[in-house]
Amino acid sequence: MNIPAQAPALIIIIPLLSSLINILLGMWRRNLCYPFALIVLASSVLLAFNLMNTVISTGIIHYRIGGWTPPWGIEYVIDHLNAFIAVIVTTMSFIVSVYSKRSIEKELRADKIPYFYTTYLLLTTGLLGITVTGDVFNIYVFLEITSLAGYALIAIGDEKAPMASFNYVVMGTIGACFYLLGVGYLYIMTGSLNMADLQRLLPDLYGSTVILVAFAFFLIGVSIKIAFFPLHTWLPNAYTHAPSAVSALVASTMTKVGAYVMIRITFTVFEPRFSSEIIPMTSILGWSSVLAIISGSILALAQTDFKRTLSYILIAEVGYIVMGLSVGNRSGFTGSVLHILNDAFMVACLFMVAGAVVYKKGSRNLDDFRGLNKSMPFTMAAFGIAAISMIGVPPTAGFFSKWYLVLGAIEAGQWVFAGALLFSSLVNAVIFVRILEKVYFSGNGENPAPSRDEVPLSMLSPVVFMAACILVLGFYSGDIISSVIQYTVPKGF
Amino acid sequence: MEIITSIKPILAIAVSLGAAVLILLTGEKARNLRETWTIIAATAKFLIVASMLPQILDGKVIEYTLVSIAPGLSVQFRVDALGIFFGLTASFLWIITSFYSIGYVRSSNENSQTRYFMCFAVALSATMGVAFSANMFTTFLFYEIITVCTFPLVGHKETPEALKGAKRYLTYLLGTSVAFQLLAVILTYHTAGTLDFSNQGIMSAARARGVSDAFLTVIFVLYMAGITKAAMMPFHSWLPAAMVAPTPVSALLHAVAVVKTGVFVAVKIVLHIFGVDLLRQLGLGTALAYFASFTIIVASVIALKQDNLKRRLAYSTVSQLSYVILGVALLSPSGITGSIMHIVIHAFGKITLFFTAGAIYIAAHKTEINQLDGIGKKMPFTMAAFTVGALSMIGIPPIGGFISKWYIAIGSIEAHELPVILVIMTSTILNACYFLPIVYAAFFKEPKPEHDTHHSHSDQMTSPPLTSPLVKGGNGGVHEAPAMMVVPLVLTAAGAIALFFAPSTFLELAKIVVSSVTGGN
Amino acid sequence: MELIIGKYNYWIYIVLMMIGFYAMIAKRNLVKKLVGMNIFQTAIILYFVSIASKKGGATIPILFKDAVIIPEQYMNPLPHVLMLTAIVVMVSTFGVALALIIMIFRRYGTLEEDEILEIERNRK
Repeated sequence: MNIPAQAPALIIIIPLLSSLINILLGMWRRNLCYPFALIVLASSVLLAFNLMNTVISTGIIHYRIGGWTPPWGIEYVIDHLNAFIAVIVTTMSFIVSVYSKRSIEKELRADKIPYFYTTYLLLTTGLLGITVTGDVFNIYVFLEITSLAGYALIAIGDEKAPMASFNYVVMGTIGACFYLLGVGYLYIMTGSLNMADLQRLLPDLYGSTVILVAFAFFLIGVSIKIAFFPLHTWLPNAYTHAPSAVSALVASTMTKVGAYVMIRITFTVFEPRFSSEIIPMTSILGWSSVLAIISGSILALAQTDFKRTLSYILIAEVGYIVMGLSVGNRSGFTGSVLHILNDAFMVACLFMVAGAVVYKKGSRNLDDFRGLNKSMPFTMAAFGIAAISMIGVPPTAGFFSKWYLVLGAIEAGQWVFAGALLFSSLVNAVIFVRILEKVYFSGNGENPAPSRDEVPLSMLSPVVFMAACILVLGFYSGDIISSVIQYTVPKGF
Repeated sequence: MEIITSIKPILAIAVSLGAAVLILLTGEKARNLRETWTIIAATAKFLIVASMLPQILDGKVIEYTLVSIAPGLSVQFRVDALGIFFGLTASFLWIITSFYSIGYVRSSNENSQTRYFMCFAVALSATMGVAFSANMFTTFLFYEIITVCTFPLVGHKETPEALKGAKRYLTYLLGTSVAFQLLAVILTYHTAGTLDFSNQGIMSAARARGVSDAFLTVIFVLYMAGITKAAMMPFHSWLPAAMVAPTPVSALLHAVAVVKTGVFVAVKIVLHIFGVDLLRQLGLGTALAYFASFTIIVASVIALKQDNLKRRLAYSTVSQLSYVILGVALLSPSGITGSIMHIVIHAFGKITLFFTAGAIYIAAHKTEINQLDGIGKKMPFTMAAFTVGALSMIGIPPIGGFISKWYIAIGSIEAHELPVILVIMTSTILNACYFLPIVYAAFFKEPKPEHDTHHSHSDQMTSPPLTSPLVKGGNGGVHEAPAMMVVPLVLTAAGAIALFFAPSTFLELAKIVVSSVTGGN
Repeated sequence: MELIIGKYNYWIYIVLMMIGFYAMIAKRNLVKKLVGMNIFQTAIILYFVSIASKKGGATIPILFKDAVIIPEQYMNPLPHVLMLTAIVVMVSTFGVALALIIMIFRRYGTLEEDEILEIERNRK
């Protein structure tokens, strides 16, 4: 079989089938599940890079499921943006899965581990499905596969996890239903579900109220899924009480893929013209993102639980991404897409650090970070790098996306947006410096030099790898933009 | 102007980064080996920088592009006269400071010495990065790295007091650079489309395209507010707060590397982002000059009231840094020359003063000025060096400080800003008022009874008993700091004097800078 | 009046949806929330099925193999297909939510949100 030609389908089929095989495998030999999941995810990473490569060299890939021609059949369309997101999703899934073994062993009963990996693979399947499909209803299905897997994974966390997960189910279902209603409204007006087809049919109907309502439903639905302020309330609890490995995975991928859906809806299905001129969507989104950034940062400042702090920071980061989209120019959009990448790495790294601390100290409380540099020097060095990147200090990756975002805001003449971005950088600085100070500058003399007590290598190496990526990615921002991101910018920017 | 592509600027930066890694790997167990890395890196760095000097003196420029991020946005290095001027100063003083540091941290048995030397090495790498950067983007990048990697040095002692100082340090430097400088850089990129330093300034083209004067003024103000490392008022208070750092840190970083990076970047912005002509047309040069004058006078007055020696030196630094800004803000050839010369001359003078402050702390455990009565008899070399440094600050020939003040004074006449001369004279008198009493007390007053000093400063006695060798001289009570510390401070004092008699290389570099920015080529 | 009676199916869908939405947001009992969620989802199914319907002699071609095929009179099958998928999704969601409710009940011994919050507060 010609693997590259089938790659768009294989990238979904492999993790989907493997998740089922994994259950059987778990019944037979429980300890094979981990290596099996690793192999599957590694092959997904390779496929994603292969797709990326094909897109860069030969252009957009159209893959017709079952040979049906669009708009009747489901079509998978992979352009630069899809491939980019697919690479991020697979990479994160793979790295976090490497990390997950010891962390999950500590936090979960041994007989549940096969189910963990099954759900994990399903989650990845859903995320990749959203990424590669070119069909708006198909997105709904994969969105729900992702969410269902997410609900289950979050629920296996600590004491309060089931309740957090239940609230997430309620909110997530509302979001999904709104999205589905949006699909329905578009369908009555156009009779099509294919994105490319919709893009062709919609401009004639831009004046219609129904289209407007559809668009509003889409946006609200997706906003709930990505925890966009003020629809974020489910996120902090869910991500705080989930198992560490799950937090790292969902935080780094789910909001990013949600942001991808938002980009697709606002800039592919609808034209940028619709989103900015016909209705004042961009300014509504822009100002909400200002609120998201400011309130996320301030709420993060007020937390004492490390994972909760990160969750609120994540809400602010979602605000960054949406703001970049809302300003409606090339720099802002570039910044957003670049930030999807950088933020995935930073957030994954930070949540994995949180998991490492939980693994060793059994606590997420910021006070327990005191003097950790002595016992966990490598983890804390990685934490330092990720923190600096969050603040946006060059040459770490976080600086470069922030650069483009601020530039985009200025080009659009939105001074308040630029101000909010810089404000949030400052608040991040306060948050992380406070923690770093605890890590590096306290406990001197109190407890005489605790011996080195690092997390196992399978947990440490992903953390360190992420930190190294954060350092290196910044320098490749130029290449990433010129070879991928510049092609994702919608026409008219 | 001939451009040479060479990897040397990168080497100059990388050598101390490499050293930082080696220092970390070597660790506490092999202290001598660890310190060897510092010395080797310092020497190698100086040699690399010095090897570029002849080409620069020939009027050539060395360039190297490391990575290009977008059009007009790249990590690029360009060694020109101004850059090598700063690079030479910092790298040379690093060698001396390295020896002094080793003497200091070992005598006072500091904690976390590996972190100390590592951060020091990274800070110097970043300083070279600023010195050799070819555009504002690269400058900002290294500017921030300096801030981050010197933070552990300021809070090094890990006492609550040190942490408070370090926090203020970081708040001021990081806060303003993110809030103001980054914004200014992005605005520059937005208006000018490029960030490359140019001799004519990149903003004049933007003005020709119709960017309003008010907008340019705002950007300029943002820059000046964002470069807090230059310690201009009202953003100066991090510098006295940072005096909680170990003395070698105060000496090299807060007299040379960090603060000079601040004024260096300010000079770069005046000369290469806005350009002399544009600033003159906008009238911003004069405004900046008077702003700097204000800082000069007020900081000197505050310095008068300080009893802690390092704090007095810190306020003196605040005041002296503004000389550099003042000089360049005059926008006249002599003013710019004086300004650039002041970077190196003040560096030698102030590092000497800080070295002596550290030596006094190590040898006699004294930190306050009122304890220094008669100390000159115990520590003759140290206090002689202190005198040289103080005279250099005041600007009395035959010591370097005179030269830069002279040029700045001439510059103010060229710029028809006569009140500036008054500022310089007032400041000179104030300088004399806060330095000469120390010299007088040290050499001519009788020491106070011993118990008094112990009583008032027992909190500084946290470090274990000192192991400094007791040098028995003919006069009886000579009690100097270890030779590892005294020799460096004598050397820098000698350097300050040498700069008066043989400033030729530096003056020549300054002339190249002046001729290039005032339409020479 | 025409608007209300002629399109009564859409009005029912809206009313059902609002009832479901209200229950999800305002009810403090978790099972009631879940029932609300189900009503909400069912409303959407009703909506989709409505848009496919045709009045007056609409045919489902697959049922009448021998009849003359008139494309204008087809019932649109696509929304039904979509809803089959959506029902699967909704049932799974319902299943997951019920499983969560069982977990919550085992942990707290109640399904009233107020009481659960009270227990959490006392635990601190």
